[in-house]
Amino acid sequence: MRPKEIEYRTPATNWQTLAFWEGCGRGELVLQRCQDCDVVQHKPRGLCVSCLSSSLDHFVASGRATVYTFTITHQNGMPAFRDACPYVLAYVDLEEGPRLMTHIVGCAPEDISIGMPVRADFVMTDKDLGIPRFVPA
Amino acid sequence: MSLSGKVAIAGAYEHPTRWAPDKSESLIMAECARGALKDAGLELSDVDGLFAASMSMGIMGVPNLAEYLNIKPRYLDGTNIGGSSFVAHVSHAAAAIHAGLCEVALVLYGSTAASNAMAIGTGLGGGGADPEAAFIAPYGMTTVGSYAMVAQRHAHLYGTRPEQLAEIAVTMRQHASLNPEAKMQKPITVDDVLASRVISTPLHLLDCCIISDGGGALIVTSLERARDLAKAPVVLQGCGEAVCHQEIGAPDLLTIAAEQSGKQAFAMAGMGHDAVDLCTIYDSFTITLLVTLENLGFCKPGEGGAFVEGGRIGLGGALPVNPDGGGLSSNHPGMRGIFLVIEAVRQLRGGLGPRQVEGAEVALVHGTGGTLGSLHSGATLLLSRD
Repeated sequence: MRPKEIEYRTPATNWQTLAFWEGCGRGELVLQRCQDCDVVQHKPRGLCVSCLSSSLDHFVASGRATVYTFTITHQNGMPAFRDACPYVLAYVDLEEGPRLMTHIVGCAPEDISIGMPVRADFVMTDKDLGIPRFVPA
Repeated sequence: MSLSGKVAIAGAYEHPTRWAPDKSESLIMAECARGALKDAGLELSDVDGLFAASMSMGIMGVPNLAEYLNIKPRYLDGTNIGGSSFVAHVSHAAAAIHAGLCEVALVLYGSTAASNAMAIGTGLGGGGADPEAAFIAPYGMTTVGSYAMVAQRHAHLYGTRPEQLAEIAVTMRQHASLNPEAKMQKPITVDDVLASRVISTPLHLLDCCIISDGGGALIVTSLERARDLAKAPVVLQGCGEAVCHQEIGAPDLLTIAAEQSGKQAFAMAGMGHDAVDLCTIYDSFTITLLVTLENLGFCKPGEGGAFVEGGRIGLGGALPVNPDGGGLSSNHPGMRGIFLVIEAVRQLRGGLGPRQVEGAEVALVHGTGGTLGSLHSGATLLLSRD
């Protein structure tokens, strides 16, 4: 039986994280950059965790990344994932620096390898938000 | 003014149950308290410090437990940093005792994880109302999956083979076959592990710890007082704690909390690795034990696969690990840290029969809490005979 597509729920947001999820809804990967120390951070927060500055900018990242590690999940009892197994859980390293947890889709799980170039892809949810996944570049 | 050599574990008790649908968490803890007090030769009224954590204890958890036990402690500590909590409780208790804030500390854990049918390893993810969790929740990261990503990275960088991880499970089962209280006692082979179903690549079912009910208790007091009690004191020589990772799995998934906490414990104890006769290390999964050995400095990064081969971490090997069979085979009621300390105490007291590490003088205990491949805590102890 072909695994079911994962049905992503609308992400819970707050004022610190809304820009990221709204970006995903537009098909853009939005990251934070500190105006004082220039560090790019993810996940988004209300201040820079490198220098504690409150002056943060948002910018649209390239969406280009490489696979840092992954696992093909064969068992998850949670209803949202049970019938979607096997699915690929991964960390990807964005070109801009930060690491993201994500799913890799768009190819057979056995074709995925660490170091493989990938690019961001988005699934829309309610409230014009989105969930980022990655596909082979 | 170092804590090293000032405080001792005077009592230890592991609940023999692995399946207790008739008991509550509090009752298991209370029965463990009774066992540890008897072991130490103390009364409930001697207890003036209470340390506990569990999978359900939240706000008011420790006061509720004090009420259940009918004790009036003057020091309360509900530190809950996952499965490593009880390893940290020992050092927190030591600090409190050394500072004069309490004299006899009782550390407790109890759980009915198995009889409640908790899917600890394979039931996470989805949605939820927490915006901070929203960066992980959509992706269905199971506990196994988090550790599996560490294993995959290790295999990629160092060529660590599934057979090497499997050997850890085989060794733990061999140890469990010598422990009459262990849940899984029937020996297994590397082929059995590799033939068991894949849960999350590259981890198989037999790379994963079991789920049981159970509980345990420890009595911590000053070395001076411990010397007057029923059992030979087990002395705290060093301790450390740490947290990893930052920003979802950064900077390096293979540098775990044990690296920092282990260094601190060795420095405080003024000991080198050669002094360690055995380890009790949290083996939630085979990979957990392997990367913990590397991060504690028993071998170099990447050498863990070779280090665990050829029975080196088995009884009679160069560095016996988890002679009780660990979480992979003896028991794993959700948060296993307390059993790491209990087995280290039993080994240092001696007389364990076929699973005794002969002449054990120094034991290293390391607990991991949380999920190794995302956010986790680590706590290390170095313990010795008096």
